[in-house]
Amino acid sequence: MSLTHYLVVSAILFAISIVGIVVNRKNVITLLMCIELMLLAVNTNFIAFSRYLDDATGQIFVFFILTVAAAEAAIGLAILVVLFRTHRNIEIDNLEELKG
Amino acid sequence: MNIETLVFYFFSAITIVAAIGVISVKNSVQAVLCLVLAFFSAAALWLLLEAEFLAITLVLVYVGAVMVLFLFVVMMLDVDFAAMKQGFTKQLPLGLLVGAGLFGAIYWVIRFEVFGNDKVPEPAKSEQGYSNVEELGRLLYSEYFYPFEIAGVILLVAIIAAISLTFRGRRDRKGQSVREQHQVLKEERLKIISMESERPVSSSDVNSESGGAS
Repeated sequence: MSLTHYLVVSAILFAISIVGIVVNRKNVITLLMCIELMLLAVNTNFIAFSRYLDDATGQIFVFFILTVAAAEAAIGLAILVVLFRTHRNIEIDNLEELKG
Repeated sequence: MNIETLVFYFFSAITIVAAIGVISVKNSVQAVLCLVLAFFSAAALWLLLEAEFLAITLVLVYVGAVMVLFLFVVMMLDVDFAAMKQGFTKQLPLGLLVGAGLFGAIYWVIRFEVFGNDKVPEPAKSEQGYSNVEELGRLLYSEYFYPFEIAGVILLVAIIAAISLTFRGRRDRKGQSVREQHQVLKEERLKIISMESERPVSSSDVNSESGGAS
């Protein structure tokens, strides 16, 4: 197992989530899930480098990324619930009140 | 091919298949469950990288809390998720193009000539008494203590934001308003009415009234 193996896996994960964001542009929930998937890929990168460079600081970074990602998911879902209460749907195309 | 390679390819394949499921499944509940599967197999990959604490944290915090929150929201919202997949096939060529381009660019950076085994050799396995939790704890509570505190504040902000966004009860409180109390005028509270002063009741009046009544 070389470092490239792990990096390729996380690069594939990252590319898949980019594809998901481009393809599912209507659904906010899928967008949030794609962002979670991206963060997972980044975290895998951090941990792989941490192991192969023998430096535990990378794992500390993953710890903080997990914290911020949990906060982001909570606030994102709260915004989603508020959006659903006001619009009765969660399509991004309907979010045009601020259109200039 | 040793057992470690086998485990690596097995869980990598599961992770990638589950990730493809996340973005392509019609039903949103199934997409969340695919994401849970992806997290589980990624945790196995992290175990392979000897990050035991983070692997368990990923399963406990992410699968146990965040993904359950996702499931709650997806199941609570009464949305026609299938109708939202309308533009899926239309956008697919563009998406695949972007994804392939991005992966090609990343692969050019991380290819075997740059990060292969001869450039970055595989580190030795940790000895038996090694504790990942201990090492992380030592770093976290000494060198990274201040960021650790900030992470706690970020979580507090997330709690307050999520509650205040979704709270639907009464927003005012029942306490006294000092400002209004100070601004109150005498006319609003005190009403002076003029009335005739009462005469003291004499004993003869009482007697005649009671006699008249009976």
